[in-house]
Amino acid sequence: MSEPTTNVIEARGLAKTFHVPKNKDGKDRLRALDGIDLTLGRGETLGLVGESGCGKSTLARLLLMLERPDEGTLRFDGVDPFTLKGKELLAWRRRVQMVFQDPFASLNPRMTAADIIAEPWRTHRDVVPSRQDRRKRVLELLDLVGLRAGDAGRYPQEFSGGQRQRIGIARALALDPEVIVCDEPVSALDLSVQAQVLNLLDELQRELKVSYVFISHDLSVVRHVADRVAVMYLGRIVETGTAEEVFEAPRHPYTAALLSAAPELDVSGARRERILLEGEVPSPLDPPSGCRFRTRCWKAEDTCATTVPESQAGAAHQAACHFPLEPAVSG
Amino acid sequence: MSSPSSSNAPALEVDGLSVELRTRHGEVRAVDGVGFAVRSGETLALLGESGCGKSMTAQAIVGLLDPVASVTGGSVRLAGTDVLALDRAGRRKLAGPKLSIVFQDALTALNPVQTVGAQLAEPFRIHRKMSRKDALAKAAELMERVGIPDPKARLSAYPHQFSGGMRQRLLIAMAVALDPDVLLADEPTTALDVTVQAQIMELLRELRTERDMAVVLITHDLAVVAEHADHVAVMYAGRVVETGPVQDVFADPRHPYTRGLLASVPAKVGRGEELRSIKGGPPELHAIPAGCAFQARCPMVADVCRTDHPGLAETAPGRAAACHFATKEPAHV
Repeated sequence: MSEPTTNVIEARGLAKTFHVPKNKDGKDRLRALDGIDLTLGRGETLGLVGESGCGKSTLARLLLMLERPDEGTLRFDGVDPFTLKGKELLAWRRRVQMVFQDPFASLNPRMTAADIIAEPWRTHRDVVPSRQDRRKRVLELLDLVGLRAGDAGRYPQEFSGGQRQRIGIARALALDPEVIVCDEPVSALDLSVQAQVLNLLDELQRELKVSYVFISHDLSVVRHVADRVAVMYLGRIVETGTAEEVFEAPRHPYTAALLSAAPELDVSGARRERILLEGEVPSPLDPPSGCRFRTRCWKAEDTCATTVPESQAGAAHQAACHFPLEPAVSG
Repeated sequence: MSSPSSSNAPALEVDGLSVELRTRHGEVRAVDGVGFAVRSGETLALLGESGCGKSMTAQAIVGLLDPVASVTGGSVRLAGTDVLALDRAGRRKLAGPKLSIVFQDALTALNPVQTVGAQLAEPFRIHRKMSRKDALAKAAELMERVGIPDPKARLSAYPHQFSGGMRQRLLIAMAVALDPDVLLADEPTTALDVTVQAQIMELLRELRTERDMAVVLITHDLAVVAEHADHVAVMYAGRVVETGPVQDVFADPRHPYTRGLLASVPAKVGRGEELRSIKGGPPELHAIPAGCAFQARCPMVADVCRTDHPGLAETAPGRAAACHFATKEPAHV
């Protein structure tokens, strides 16, 4: 991997609050994201990890401009996309595309594979202007994602799950994006098929130099695909670093617990020491004060309840924790 | 109370189980001669990908098959009795005290308009003829055992008021209410986050030990099998293709499908390295080829695979694989 020279995306202090119906304690503000700092390099894969409700999908929606942040700035090649209008906005939108989780729900059953892949050009007319070129380009895209020309006229239900996901990927590629947000792209697929799709995403990245924001709850998948990883908990990023740093030497207790909770394919017979977290993720309607993880953390002390832990500025491997874990002793 | 059999006989013994489905392609065989055995205190994993017949096997065992499916052969012996030969009333008597199941999706498996207390008390009311009050007290005890905080107060809560993990605990509580000898768990943690998944698997492990249950764990997750099962039966296209102790099978798989599955796990493969996927996808049930069902995806395929269906044959004591080349070393590793 070459060191990315520029960042495609730079986010600082992103926050997003949703108004929801009042719960029984009278709370109606759900702080889905809080103080999110994030960068994505060109050609890089950033893995976004966290459990349901941690805000990873909301963050993805912000990056796609499907939601507007309440606070903070988002820069795409130095430009704030939220200031764009009209043609400029349209041109920006094609640079960030998405691959969805469910290949059964995200393809229109009444459109053929070719129509689905060509649909983005109905809005972005100038990408491939002529009808003839469109047909040619669809076939190229089908070939690129490992489908056959004969598949162009078939409907989604005639394809298997893995093939459908290939169609979804071809659709995302139709606008030559620079960034693709992949929201759990393989979690609906069987293991043997999952490997095919992960290999495809990897090939496409080498070929097209596209950046991925790769959201997944499956740590083994993220470990395989990501250059860098951001671990989220209750709307905050608690740890970032290279995939190797985060997986081999986690510094935030939550990351350590998450890694230890994931079952491992180890048949040596030895049972690992496991950090079994107590309880469940607190409601984002009423998050704990100070460090949001403190209610489940075995290292929590008084200061964790009063002071929000900050990430160490500038460091490549950061953990937002008052008592970060020491780098593991090797061996 | 039921006392766990101390003999060495399996608590559950499935033999030659076949299930057929009526589809628009005619009758198709979704489960084809499946057999396995589980002893008390042990966990057997039925491992396979979607459509391999693992869930249908479980449904056939507990007698909850969809109306379009029917058992066409085989036997399911619970401590020696063939439950498939029993009538409906006979089977109902077994459901709960002898055999029970934990479903995957706790939200659809629970009744949304009945309090969890009433649902948990039901087995005690029906099978033990307890009074409402006593049954509710039992329900609260159970909730406490499976780790639901403040159980007495939550008896009157409805399923939607619980989180996903708590709902799964409720389902487990219901399944173990009458101390079954055999517990089937159909993808019990698939819908859950990893930290919660770890809690639930730990709970199942505790309950298994504490009650000396035989557990059949139905899953697609190899890592879950590696950590939580003693024996594994790998299923493909309705058949068991490999079986044996988990450690042995995972350390030295003898069927190319098992080998391919293990190689598809991304964890151990470094960034940028290609994953060893299995080419293609599983065959449609109505178009399973003659010979070996795995032939189109198999790196070791030979002429014999296209004509002869390989039976499950012993490869080592306690291990078997259904492959013509089970004892041959793989062509390229």
